[in-house]
Amino acid sequence: MRKKILGYVFILSTALSAFLVLAAIVVIIGKITAGGWDKLSLEFLTAAPKEGMTAGGIFPAIIGTVLLVSIMSLAGVPIGTITAIYLSEYADQGSILTKMIRFAVNTLAGVPAIVFGLFGLGFFIHFVGGGMDKIFSGNSELRWSQPNLLWASLTMALLTLPVVIVSVEEALRSIPVDYREASLALGATKFQTIVHVVLPNAYPGILTGAILAVGRGAGEVAPILFTGVAYYLPHLPSSLSDQFMQLGYHLYVMATQSSDVEATIGIQYATAFVLLAVTFLLNFSAIFIRYRIRARLR
Amino acid sequence: MNNVTKIETHDLSLFYGQKQALKKISVAIPAFRVTALIGPSGCGKSTFLRTLNRMNDLIDNVRTEGTVLIDDVNIYQNGIDKVELRKKVGMIFQKSNPFPKSIYDNVAYGPRINGIHDKKILDEIVEQSLRRAALWEEIKDDLRKSGLALSGGQQQRLCIARALAVNPEVLLMDEPASALDPLATSKVEELIYELKEKYTIVIVTHNMQQAARVSDYTAFFYIGELVEYGETKQIFTTPGKKQTEDYITGRFG
Repeated sequence: MRKKILGYVFILSTALSAFLVLAAIVVIIGKITAGGWDKLSLEFLTAAPKEGMTAGGIFPAIIGTVLLVSIMSLAGVPIGTITAIYLSEYADQGSILTKMIRFAVNTLAGVPAIVFGLFGLGFFIHFVGGGMDKIFSGNSELRWSQPNLLWASLTMALLTLPVVIVSVEEALRSIPVDYREASLALGATKFQTIVHVVLPNAYPGILTGAILAVGRGAGEVAPILFTGVAYYLPHLPSSLSDQFMQLGYHLYVMATQSSDVEATIGIQYATAFVLLAVTFLLNFSAIFIRYRIRARLR
Repeated sequence: MNNVTKIETHDLSLFYGQKQALKKISVAIPAFRVTALIGPSGCGKSTFLRTLNRMNDLIDNVRTEGTVLIDDVNIYQNGIDKVELRKKVGMIFQKSNPFPKSIYDNVAYGPRINGIHDKKILDEIVEQSLRRAALWEEIKDDLRKSGLALSGGQQQRLCIARALAVNPEVLLMDEPASALDPLATSKVEELIYELKEKYTIVIVTHNMQQAARVSDYTAFFYIGELVEYGETKQIFTTPGKKQTEDYITGRFG
């Protein structure tokens, strides 16, 4: 009898925990949607903030976010893909070098985002940017040694690199050995086999990696705090050395720095809604593409 | 054996790590004939086949000793270009493995990676290869269809056409019909019979009748050793060794 009761208690507690998770997500999405629904409009998406952020829209933050993740992808996806190709196709799996690279990738994935921000500040802005200013203008003009779009994007690329590497490697490994052998048996070199057989079949996986990285990058704020994001800008960034606004940071600014926080609450909800919509959409499309590939490979 | 020898191995041994999979195999395979490799699973016949185009090199921890001469050149000597070797020695796999590309692109793959991009020449190679693989008449109107849309037997003949397109001299076949139904199998067998006019064929098979039907010479492998090798007729009617006889008559294996 006691055993039976213990069993019921256990079932109940597992169900309760599962319910808690579900409840949390429902509450978050519900509250954000309810709070921001009135403010969502075409104007909200296409206008700049006005009157100390208590009115207007979030257009510069949307554009800034899009630019950030685009440049991040341009830098991070090729490097991540090439690293994954090396690890999965060329590296001697037992060698110390390979193990070190894998260890580095895993460690990179576990480094707190704020540390990436500090690294970006020290490495990209002070070291690389400072060096560039010294060479280009003899330090007469401080252009690259300041936070900007480029350094923020590169810092973000570094942060999302492990996501890309892991998913691309998974995609490469899922290509059946039969295809590789068929290609090699026809007198193709390893390089030709990778370019003509492996990569074309792995591209949905590469795409998945890119989307997951973008989803992650769109939601992160800490890495860009020191490296490029701006509190408020009256104009959109026009070059890589400009600062930019970003959705997550904009949310933080409105909630903590606005002269009239109460008045921004509706806009905050609406901004959070847009941010959530963007990241969810990206993650769902990644899941969908992956599902399609798995179905095709079966 | 009064034929020209195409492939000759001397004391060929192969190790997977510590485990010896081939033990000092010495054999001479004649040109323009079909040579069947038979034996129970794990006897080394597929491993032996894959030494002939150095496909075993793709596996980690494989060590080969001895020599394999093809046209009197040792393919295991330093400086051998494996890419050139594999153009000359084509391979058909047990599981048909067309690329997820169109029929045309499957056959054109080999020529293309060798730098042939002229549409007219490619068309010609594709048609000729498909004709030689006895597939042309069935699919000549569907060249743009995916190779994966074909039936199992057609897929295997497509793979043969793809191998023929790079103009090999030797064809290695690893149980090419084991996954096919009897009708498709007999088509592939007919094809093998026709192909030996132009190619030297080495085929691994589990099917005794198939070996008897298609091959001119038969080699019987057992636990990494070549037990007996000779004309198929002789091996199947008057085998010299008891082991061979037991295997052929189905007493083990």
